[in-house]
Amino acid sequence: MKFELSRRRFLIGSSVAATGLLTGCDALVENASVNDILQKAEALTMGSQRLLQAHEPLAREFTEADLSPIFKANGTQMPDSEEYARLMEGNFADWRLVVNGMVRTPLSLSLADLKAMPSRTQITRHDCVEGWSAIGKWTGVPLGLVLQKAGLAPGARYAVFYCADEYEKSLDGSGQYYESVDLIDAFHPQTILSYSMNGKDLEVAHGAPLRLRVERQLGYKHAKYLMRIELVDNFRGLWGGKGGFWEDRGYEWYAGI
Amino acid sequence: MTSVTDHETAQPRKILFYRHSIAVRLTHWLNVLCLSFLLMSGLQIFNAHPDLYWGQYGADADHSFISIGAVSDGDTIKGITRVGSISIPTTGVLGASTVEGELTPRAFPSWITIPGYQDLASGRRWHFFFAWFFVINGFVYLLYGLIAGHFRRDIVPTKDQLTPQHLAHEIGEHARLRFPKGEEARRYNSLQKLTYMAVIFILLPLMVLTGLTMSPGFDSIFPWLLNVFGGRQSARTIHFITASLLVAFVIVHLVMVLVSGVWNNLRSMITGYYGLTVETDKETVK
Repeated sequence: MKFELSRRRFLIGSSVAATGLLTGCDALVENASVNDILQKAEALTMGSQRLLQAHEPLAREFTEADLSPIFKANGTQMPDSEEYARLMEGNFADWRLVVNGMVRTPLSLSLADLKAMPSRTQITRHDCVEGWSAIGKWTGVPLGLVLQKAGLAPGARYAVFYCADEYEKSLDGSGQYYESVDLIDAFHPQTILSYSMNGKDLEVAHGAPLRLRVERQLGYKHAKYLMRIELVDNFRGLWGGKGGFWEDRGYEWYAGI
Repeated sequence: MTSVTDHETAQPRKILFYRHSIAVRLTHWLNVLCLSFLLMSGLQIFNAHPDLYWGQYGADADHSFISIGAVSDGDTIKGITRVGSISIPTTGVLGASTVEGELTPRAFPSWITIPGYQDLASGRRWHFFFAWFFVINGFVYLLYGLIAGHFRRDIVPTKDQLTPQHLAHEIGEHARLRFPKGEEARRYNSLQKLTYMAVIFILLPLMVLTGLTMSPGFDSIFPWLLNVFGGRQSARTIHFITASLLVAFVIVHLVMVLVSGVWNNLRSMITGYYGLTVETDKETVK
């Protein structure tokens, strides 16, 4: 009997404590200084991964037999702008990739220009932040070659990718999709500007005419519908200032985990 | 002395003995904190894609072998948990549960996720913070266990505890919820030791390794992890199953704490001192 009572009191006590903890948790989640502390883990993760990646290892490459039967298209699947519709209608013949910002020679490259450059083909796994993965075969020009062609100006630290799609409708343009990587990832051999997937021209749902592949990071870094690459020394002035659409909405800039 | 005087002078006496060192107590409670937050933020992350696959890849169009989802049912929805080809209705808890008075599609219910509402970015922030905390705390514990002899002394079963007769006896005693008394209660019993060993050396390291295998950055550093676990999606599935086993362990652990003397157990994990009744011989006690 005594045990029954004490156990019961224990259970009541713990459920009261749990309720308090729960409402307390949501308050903690929204507390700015708590978030500042939690975000320290991102620096620790990036620092340790970069330390262990000092020898510039490649992401695993698979074989044709490993390809996902259906590669899930995620995010924007059809950019909703007149400009994009016009470019698509012309089979992207009028599309240009602009490379500017902190570069010696700003570039404006057509799809044909990019296809004429040395290419790399890789069968890699695409990991979504949500948890799913798909394996696809990508062909494109290494970003490093494009950046070498433009020539980096001293002080350039990040490549920012501007996309044709507005993922969230907004009046101030803050819903525009954009992403950024630092020069370590920009010059990694598997970081390519891809115009072909599974042996065919990149489909609209997957980011036609050109998307980024940055294989050692999660899917949201792999910006689709590329229009412009800007070299910068910081991204404080860009929209939310965190260096990417999802970063501005609370996700990590370093998406290696 | 003779056996007669032995028998006459032997009498039960309650003693407190120092069972848990400060290092064990501290790392234990920090581990409780870490695992609680890791579980709740982990379920938040799981909710973002509540399907588990086997192999290198897996997404909507691929066959999942565990899935927690909602299907429409007339005007309302019902929660369905599917394991292999077996579907179980789990409305109210898994697949569909009440959020602010309304039945909502959600794999795990809001009362067990951090935050309570759907927010993958926050879930990840909490998960990775406590993952680091857990790994550092775990390393401190492992180092202490090795250097201070805690594993050898307290965790690894002794030869006499591993004989078939002893094990059979202990299983029988456990089934009757009878626990060792007196001198025998000074050490963990063998089932307890084997369970703790499985948690410390298998389940918890498996959580860390399968977690890291889900990281594309870490996979480039240690690609062999993908071979060990059969792919990122297999690793994700093992991560989930191992977490479930840890939850099962914690439930059994708490029940054992309750039925084998809750205050004594709690006191020993807080102050270090565990009380037990020993038959003492006056002549041998100084």
